[in-house]
Amino acid sequence: MRNSNPIQQQETEVKSEIFNASRRDFLKLGSILSGGLLLGVSFFSCDDKGNKTTSFAPNVYLRISSTGEITIIAHRSEMGQGIRTSLPLIIADELGADWTKVKIEQAEGDEKKYGDQNTDGSYSVRMFYKPMREAGATAKLLLMQAAAAEWKLPIEECDTENGQVVHKSSGKKIGFGELADAASKLPVPGADKLKLKESSQFTMIGKATPIVDLHEIVTGTAVFGIDAKIEGMKIAVIKRSPVVGGSIKSFNDQKSRAVPGVVNVIAIKGATLPATLKTPQNGVAVIADNTWAAIKGREALEVEWDLGPNASYDSAKQIAELTETIKGKGTTRRNRGDFDSARAGAKKIIEHTYIAPYLAHATLEAPTALAIVKDGKCEVWACTQNPQGARNVLADALGISADNIKVNVTLLGGGFGRKSKPDFIVEAALLAKEAGHPVKVIWTREDDIQHDYYHALSVQRIVATIDKQNNLSGWNHHIANPSISATDDNKVVQPSDGELMLGASDFPYNVPAIKLETHDATAHLRIGWLRSVRNIPQAFAISTMLDEIAEARGIDPIEQSLALLGEDRNISFAEELVNTTYPNYGEDIANYPWETSRMKAVIQRVAKEAGWGKDLPKGSALGFAAHKSFLTYVACIVEVTVDADNKLSIPSVHYAVDCGTAVNIDRIKSQFEGGAQFSASLALKSEITVKNGQVEQSNFDGYKIIRMSESPKEIHVHIMQSDAKPTGVGEPPVPPFTPALCNAIYKATGKRIYKLPLEVGNGK
Amino acid sequence: MANYSIQVNGKTHEVDVMDDMPLLWVLRDLIGLTGTKFGCGKALCGACTVHLNGNAIRSCSYPVSAVKDGKITTIEGLSEKGDHPLQKAWEKHIVPQCGYCQTGQIMNAASLLNRNPTPTEAEIEQAMEGNLCRCGTYNRIRAAILEVASK
Repeated sequence: MRNSNPIQQQETEVKSEIFNASRRDFLKLGSILSGGLLLGVSFFSCDDKGNKTTSFAPNVYLRISSTGEITIIAHRSEMGQGIRTSLPLIIADELGADWTKVKIEQAEGDEKKYGDQNTDGSYSVRMFYKPMREAGATAKLLLMQAAAAEWKLPIEECDTENGQVVHKSSGKKIGFGELADAASKLPVPGADKLKLKESSQFTMIGKATPIVDLHEIVTGTAVFGIDAKIEGMKIAVIKRSPVVGGSIKSFNDQKSRAVPGVVNVIAIKGATLPATLKTPQNGVAVIADNTWAAIKGREALEVEWDLGPNASYDSAKQIAELTETIKGKGTTRRNRGDFDSARAGAKKIIEHTYIAPYLAHATLEAPTALAIVKDGKCEVWACTQNPQGARNVLADALGISADNIKVNVTLLGGGFGRKSKPDFIVEAALLAKEAGHPVKVIWTREDDIQHDYYHALSVQRIVATIDKQNNLSGWNHHIANPSISATDDNKVVQPSDGELMLGASDFPYNVPAIKLETHDATAHLRIGWLRSVRNIPQAFAISTMLDEIAEARGIDPIEQSLALLGEDRNISFAEELVNTTYPNYGEDIANYPWETSRMKAVIQRVAKEAGWGKDLPKGSALGFAAHKSFLTYVACIVEVTVDADNKLSIPSVHYAVDCGTAVNIDRIKSQFEGGAQFSASLALKSEITVKNGQVEQSNFDGYKIIRMSESPKEIHVHIMQSDAKPTGVGEPPVPPFTPALCNAIYKATGKRIYKLPLEVGNGK
Repeated sequence: MANYSIQVNGKTHEVDVMDDMPLLWVLRDLIGLTGTKFGCGKALCGACTVHLNGNAIRSCSYPVSAVKDGKITTIEGLSEKGDHPLQKAWEKHIVPQCGYCQTGQIMNAASLLNRNPTPTEAEIEQAMEGNLCRCGTYNRIRAAILEVASK
């Protein structure tokens, strides 16, 4: 199984096999097991010799009923990326299904049934594209075999379209439903018998398919975590330790219990330090008949805290200290050539320090979970990205086996990495167990902003050297940030290999001397991953510095990037890394190499589409950045206008993206549109600061995200035509936007940006 | 605690609640209309937007005691079959990503069109300024409203 941290995934090759689930009587599938054809797809990992290393684990189910209805189990969590649509459409396309007859059922969290369900790290389509196609092709072949037998015609003359098997020359047709029972009695063909479509034959892949939940969303009937309900349920709101690692000295609940509707007050025993990626914080829960009574009851609660060692923490002080620390020598993590010589022989040295703040996820639906614990069993309904992880953590917390725990996945009102942590689900289960009735834990916005697993602040320093021939001769990148790993182990003070991989250790440019150094930084908050993770600050520093270098060399930044990427080649970083590995987002670099040709192609495409080099009115300018992340190549050009009052607007954004095979064009575009807006928020407005160990912001007035009038206006997404293996699109739009914006602002105003958020034109 | 009789989507509901309970929680927890969402509790994000006599209000910060005999419309009551021109435009432009803020966005946009059926782009932006979308669907929201406004 993959590590729950997406940036520290194990390298495993995932293969699949397909079986006839209608014959496996041990599978209890409830509503979907009632006649017709039911196929399961099991995924397994292989060792170097191709032998299976994990046991049988059916993952995805496809059922064709005798009335022709197709049910596909969605085993990944939907949080706005469109995965409940994009994976099923792959099956439907290969099968030749009538999409209007396809129903999507959401899988519960179950490792044995569904394999990896951790929806994180932008890898759902990457990992499941081929198995989904094979599942569709298997069903198609079985249905065609059944039809050919019925017609007594050669199978080679049959095909499927629109939910029917068709015989081309005679025009005969039979619906899938009429064939389903016969098909279910046939042996499942091996993968070698399957004939997958040519890309020219695709009916859905590569086109725009509306999301399956569209109508429910616009009519308010879609069920999110906060909407889950069961009979006898009470609402809990929790007062958590204001400082990470703090614990309860005492509390007085007399006034709380006097609030009408409050039924109980229960302390939650959570983590001290390390805070961990799974344990709730210590807190006191007020349980009531309704949310308002619980909120009022919490206001009336008096808690005396032992705030613990983080009570004196000040984030501004840490940034000041790291700014000093980073001036010295760090731990070398990558080394090429001899940077000291490059520096000694330099004609010009450019050196800057880059500062980026803590960020909160601020999913518009804050974490919420409903749990019932009864007779040694637990069932929860939650907006979780990782139902299996939650199940395993619940088993530990409740002291019961995972087999007795059912985790139902609702729609997620935003995820961005926050909802891969199960702390809020554990809270609900512990309270339900103690209270003896179902409990729904609701996080208020204040809870969410003040008790997040934050994207860590960072201080970076880059020293670039230009030699007498005007070449970029040396690149020395220093990084200091509290590591995600420190949340589980507070002795960790340096970025992990997985964090460095996100734009730093994989610096792809052909510079003779490269030195990457990391420095100590202690974690004082719960640190987690947020959409594109360390790519955010690392791309910001690297791509704004590259722009500055191009200016110093007197060459165009796009020409410089193309030249520094050099000849078409596959880059392997391993031989230059020092006591550091290159996880390559969990994929073997032989299968997913770093290809300079693909990066150059997206850069050239975006330059052409955006009209790079065109004349713009005074106060307007274009800025460029390119960044590969999650195995997807992205180049971005942002247009800004800064008016006489220093007010900033973003009239247009162009992205060129190579994500291999494009599965659902519409959702790829929407992820890039949203990614630009997400990045605009963090570039312009968002910042978490900490004083006396406590987060200073509490709601959207202090922790700002971008609003419509200030958001990028026209966002153009140019998708490269490709038959290569598909790669992620959820996170890759975020990293290059911010430096492209900063570079545009520099061109428009002459002001370089070294600290985020920008504080330009946002009223500060 | 006090008894209130409030009209929601054409039906009268009797509720016995605290005077300061925001309309949001009356709708969600007592009446069971969960299409209206909780986002911030302080009228900062617009996820909880409903109509009071056709005008958008933030139900998270609107005490039930202030509703009196006003007519409340929620997303469930915006159209009988989910076919309000804005709902149709939202589907055509495939506006939602996670979808959580969208009922509030639609209710806010519907209120705008009630009082100004042909808003300019600037007027749309001004009216929608209080509705946050963390997924970043602003471009499509703007396009969907513009399409309805131009009809």
